Amino acid sequence: MIGLTSRCVCMIAACLLGALGVAYAQDPNTIKIVSSLPQTGSANAQTSTMVNGIRMAIDEVGGKAGPFTVRYEPWDDASPERGQWDPAVEAANADRAIADPDVMAYIGTYNSGAAKIAMPKLNQAGVLMVSPANTWPGLTKPGIGEANEPMTYRPSGNITYFRVVPADDIQGLVAAKWAAEMNCKKVFILHDRELYGKGVATMFQKSAPALGLEITGFEGIEPKASNYKSLVTKIRQKNPDLVYFGGTTQTNAGQIAKDLRSAGLNVKYMVPDGCYEKAFIQAAGAENVEGSAFITFGGVPPDRLTGKGKEFYENYKKKYNSEPEGYAAYGYEAAKVVLDSIARAGKKDRGAIVAAAAATKDFEGALGKWSFDANGDTTLKTMSGNTVKNGEYAFVKVLGE
Amino acid sequence: MTDLQVFFQQLITGLSCGMIIALIALGYTMVYGIVELINFAHGDLFMLGSFLALTIIGALGLDQVGVDSLVSWGIFPLFIAAPVFCGALNWGVDRFAYRPLRDAPRLAPLVSAIGVSFVFLNLGLFWGGAPMQVFNMGGAAAAPKDFPALVSNRNLLGDSVIQFTAKDLLVMGMTIPLMIGLTVVVKYTRLGKSMRAVAQNATAARLMGIDVDRVIGATFVLGGALGGVASVVYAIYNNTIYFQMGYRAGMDAFTAAVLGGIGNLPGAVLGGIVIGVVRAMSDQYIATEWTNAVVFSILILVLIFRPSGLLGAAVREKV
Repeated sequence: MIGLTSRCVCMIAACLLGALGVAYAQDPNTIKIVSSLPQTGSANAQTSTMVNGIRMAIDEVGGKAGPFTVRYEPWDDASPERGQWDPAVEAANADRAIADPDVMAYIGTYNSGAAKIAMPKLNQAGVLMVSPANTWPGLTKPGIGEANEPMTYRPSGNITYFRVVPADDIQGLVAAKWAAEMNCKKVFILHDRELYGKGVATMFQKSAPALGLEITGFEGIEPKASNYKSLVTKIRQKNPDLVYFGGTTQTNAGQIAKDLRSAGLNVKYMVPDGCYEKAFIQAAGAENVEGSAFITFGGVPPDRLTGKGKEFYENYKKKYNSEPEGYAAYGYEAAKVVLDSIARAGKKDRGAIVAAAAATKDFEGALGKWSFDANGDTTLKTMSGNTVKNGEYAFVKVLGE
Repeated sequence: MTDLQVFFQQLITGLSCGMIIALIALGYTMVYGIVELINFAHGDLFMLGSFLALTIIGALGLDQVGVDSLVSWGIFPLFIAAPVFCGALNWGVDRFAYRPLRDAPRLAPLVSAIGVSFVFLNLGLFWGGAPMQVFNMGGAAAAPKDFPALVSNRNLLGDSVIQFTAKDLLVMGMTIPLMIGLTVVVKYTRLGKSMRAVAQNATAARLMGIDVDRVIGATFVLGGALGGVASVVYAIYNNTIYFQMGYRAGMDAFTAAVLGGIGNLPGAVLGGIVIGVVRAMSDQYIATEWTNAVVFSILILVLIFRPSGLLGAAVREKV
């Protein structure tokens, strides 16, 4: 009931804003780019550096793409009562973008679940969508996710959704390989029952047997529980070397680390890139993850980027006087490729810009040299393995090569 | 671990978690007993209590206990400040949000309670940001905060596989005396007698010379203070606090109050313990995915056969 009331309020507010957007006079030389990322909730530390990255990309070209002046608006797709992305807000954001004839590109979403809601809407309207963070394979790849994926997100039949980040089918496998390299034998897998978390956990589970890992359990947790002490007792009974959690900081990755430690369990704890943010170490308490937590990340950490990536990292620190989080470079890259597509399209036309984006080939960006494949995925496949040292993330090695 | 050891371990975990739920549930049930209002703001009040506790920890510069000691002295100021704060705040809520609506239709104070809950939730969101940063307790407003382990995790049973830690002892050592104390207050003191009188018939109580508003105010203070104790116990036991914890914990506590028979004090305690133990057992023997479904199925079953809750009919008197 509580959720419902506030959602109604959000929807009404969004509708009003949408109406205002339409009411503004259109300028044929202005193009609007919007981003839809969760900025209320603990993901904010991560997403605000992504927004900074996007801003930086636009500033670097002086707010111009081809003949057009680019305006950027960061939108929030989270609500205070969920503390993370909210389906109602995401849907309202997509509708608002479609209703505004100046919006030519939609950068987002952060969560794969949110993408599922925005994708069919934006696809129908032909708006270019570039995600800097979605990793659920089914969003683009046929035959890996649900039976009707990804066609269900493409009602118009065209591909309008692209991502600059490698998907989870690679991440789950890479994580399992890394676990095997660390001489783990028995693994207990947990997931948060969300699209992203369960997705990676399942990929991990599928790849484990071939690598000689024994799966001693596969359980979905309740992401808002106050503690996982009884679950930890169950894990203790199975005596694994490694606990893998497919989930994010928002779905309580920190509490699990804490309860594993407080039960005196001496296991390795591996988590995917949804936890690759400082908030995870803060939530878990640095002493509970020091040297025992392993984090895979769909790319290399900002300070390990080379070439244009290194430039990005240096400039970012100079401009904002702080360290970028892991996905800031992806926000930057997404904005770069959007700007490039607009410039190459050369006209203020949603269809032409989507076509230009699809034709992106050998793009030289902060992440390296890459192209979009036929599904709209990046051709990049490198990942990195990280651990926690002295309360900070420490790079261990490059994975998946 | 043998099967029997696992069972006892889950029983300990269940009892500890259940007693924390019971402490919160008492706040719901006391208020309902006397003014028949479901105080939705209680869960969020509880959350604010733990934020105050973490702020004090930051201000005093406390850290987790060393390996050798069981308890940090730092828990004492917390157990004084949080109940006082929550009690006072709850009194204020009654005075300004519920009392003016005492004679309004039943729905009006309920909506007012939801409103207060939202105000508290957003206050928590704000408090978790800049103010927490002052004491370096994590400045990302909505991120879960690490609450230092002021009570050790050491196993009091020595090298036994079954763990009964100082934290479990703290939970039981706080909850059981408080419940006995509360029973004594309600049964034998002048205030307790007036509370029961108001609960049975407010008009008659007023005619007998009881200051009804004052008694109701005192009930809110008591319920709030219990919530304050619960907030510190919860934070020490789980070592994490975040601005939405009140919603989740409040949901469990409210369920416990209904399960035990809302308005009934021993019922709330029994309900809390039942929910805690059922949760632990369901996590172990069924699957964590099903735990919520199991808890609410039990609630539905109980309400079908005993519509007024487990102890609702056995004890007629409210409060």
